[in-house]
Amino acid sequence: MLHHHAKLERKSVIMLLFIIVTVLIGGIVEIIPLFRMETVIEPVKGVRPYTPLELAGYNIYIREGCYNCHSQQIRPLRDEVARYGHYSLAAESMYDHPFQWGSKRTGPELARVGGRYSDDWHVAHLKDPRAVVPESIMPTYAFLLNNQAELNDIGEHMKVLRTVGVPYTDDQIANAYQDGMAQAHTEDLDENVAGLLERHGDKINARVFDGNPEMVTEMDALIAYLQVLGTMVEFPAAEPVTPDTAPVDQE
Amino acid sequence: MSDQHNKEIDQITGVETTGHEWDGLKELNNPAPRWWVWVWVATVVWSVGYWVVYPAWPTAWPFFGSGSMEQTGSVTRTTTGATKGTFGWTQYEELEASQAEITARQAQYLDKFQATTSYDQISKDPELYAFAQAGGKALFKNNCAVCHGSGAEGSKGFPNLNDDDWLWGGTLADIEQTLRYGVRSGHDEARQSVMPSFGKDELLEKEEIEQVVDYVLALSSDTGADSNLPGAEIFANNCASCHGENGAGGRDFGAPNLTDAIWLYGGERADISNTVYFAHAGVMPFWEGKLDEDSIRQLTLYVHSLGGGEGEGAAVPEKVSMEVPAEVPAQAEEEPVVTDEEPVAEESSSEVSSEAATELDVDVPAEPSVEEGSNPEAVSDESADK
Repeated sequence: MLHHHAKLERKSVIMLLFIIVTVLIGGIVEIIPLFRMETVIEPVKGVRPYTPLELAGYNIYIREGCYNCHSQQIRPLRDEVARYGHYSLAAESMYDHPFQWGSKRTGPELARVGGRYSDDWHVAHLKDPRAVVPESIMPTYAFLLNNQAELNDIGEHMKVLRTVGVPYTDDQIANAYQDGMAQAHTEDLDENVAGLLERHGDKINARVFDGNPEMVTEMDALIAYLQVLGTMVEFPAAEPVTPDTAPVDQE
Repeated sequence: MSDQHNKEIDQITGVETTGHEWDGLKELNNPAPRWWVWVWVATVVWSVGYWVVYPAWPTAWPFFGSGSMEQTGSVTRTTTGATKGTFGWTQYEELEASQAEITARQAQYLDKFQATTSYDQISKDPELYAFAQAGGKALFKNNCAVCHGSGAEGSKGFPNLNDDDWLWGGTLADIEQTLRYGVRSGHDEARQSVMPSFGKDELLEKEEIEQVVDYVLALSSDTGADSNLPGAEIFANNCASCHGENGAGGRDFGAPNLTDAIWLYGGERADISNTVYFAHAGVMPFWEGKLDEDSIRQLTLYVHSLGGGEGEGAAVPEKVSMEVPAEVPAQAEEEPVVTDEEPVAEESSSEVSSEAATELDVDVPAEPSVEEGSNPEAVSDESADK
């Protein structure tokens, strides 16, 4: 057997056929499961698509390469669960395109960072990480405070996401800019905040995130995004973490 | 490459060549080592066994019906996306088992801790107290140190927890409430208060702000404030309702004591001026729902023991303070805090704390726990706990 490979290698048509068969097997194994993704995502209550401002923050997260050092997937292992909270559910990242799971943790895992630290802390930390965490090696992102959040085309982003299955409504897309501005601009635009809550759900953090009510900055967007991470699904903290403690949507 | 088929035998090794030649080097036509081939075959056979016993293959039936609740071992899953495997293994059960193991190991203390609702009783039980301290210390590092610093020394905008200066109170009940519901956290039960932005909202003239800043600076100076200062009246009219007539603060509103030279947002003239002009409204997140009951109570005891704890339970049982000396370093110096804006005098914290300890009606000096809390190196040495 070992000496007959020459027969295969020296006849190009047969070789080609074998290559095609091999690549096909690989392709089938990798691609077919993607068509059946919905069968492995357990439905849970509370997961919603990002608001326009959060989506802008998500875009900044990707643009700045945060995923290079931060993961967003708590593995179902004891030490991870003890440190970061309930392990991540597939449904929690089903509207992320692309998902930000990652496997590189130079910095800490962020899947449940939402609500754990104050906005002020996030601003201080992004401005100068060493000011609050002396041993940090994170770069500074102070410039986010000076940049206006890119909300002009956020509706287009939402349209694209809709084509890959994120259930944004026409109403949400049409009002994307206003809703994005309203979320970080609460004082002047109360009516718009009502609209934002009506369109995106009432569990939305709407406030001035970066301490500057004059402008909706990239800092606002990024912190709005960070503050919602891992908070959409409410886990009963009092019970020990088991698969059964995830609130299941049985519709 | 040549494509000739006439066999050529290499003179030295006696092995047939492939006929390929590069710059005078000829390729020998050695077959793959036999052991390697057999290992390869074995892995293929192994994979078949693996498919049978572990979850492996996508299954077809979810296409023809919605995913139904499935019982796999003790775990109920809602999806049926793949073969289950004869072992019925899931990552979730493995997690459950490993958590159960830890819970069982903690049970001898945890059961008692849960049953002992009074902090006072916990403080009096050295073993239970040590258990709560160990848990609280780990929880603190994981959840609190990010803002309050690894030695709880705080930084600009984030309070030092080692000293006696409390915004909302330092008894066990106060600390628990702050931990549980937070400060301006968005929780319904959160502690709330707002300092007006005297400058931004034009409540005071620029000149008046400068005068009141002078007065506030004088309040914390060695000589104390002179009531003849022009800022005195402005202070009485605008600030005293929360900060108290003498500036000693008001815990009902989380209003800082202005006389103790401990500054959360900086004690330089410019800092105070900035605070009066724009005001600050720091946020402490709520932890109810993020941490379980036991964790919140352990943290309460830990934070209370850092040095500033007030009221019942402020004393550490003697036996415990004897048990932890491995982690109590000789000197109680704080970690050098990065910012030069950090005005909180470190000597004031330890000084005040030891003062407090003598005032308290206890027979045990609280120093060891003070030092332990204020030194960040202490937290790195965990081995003594285990």
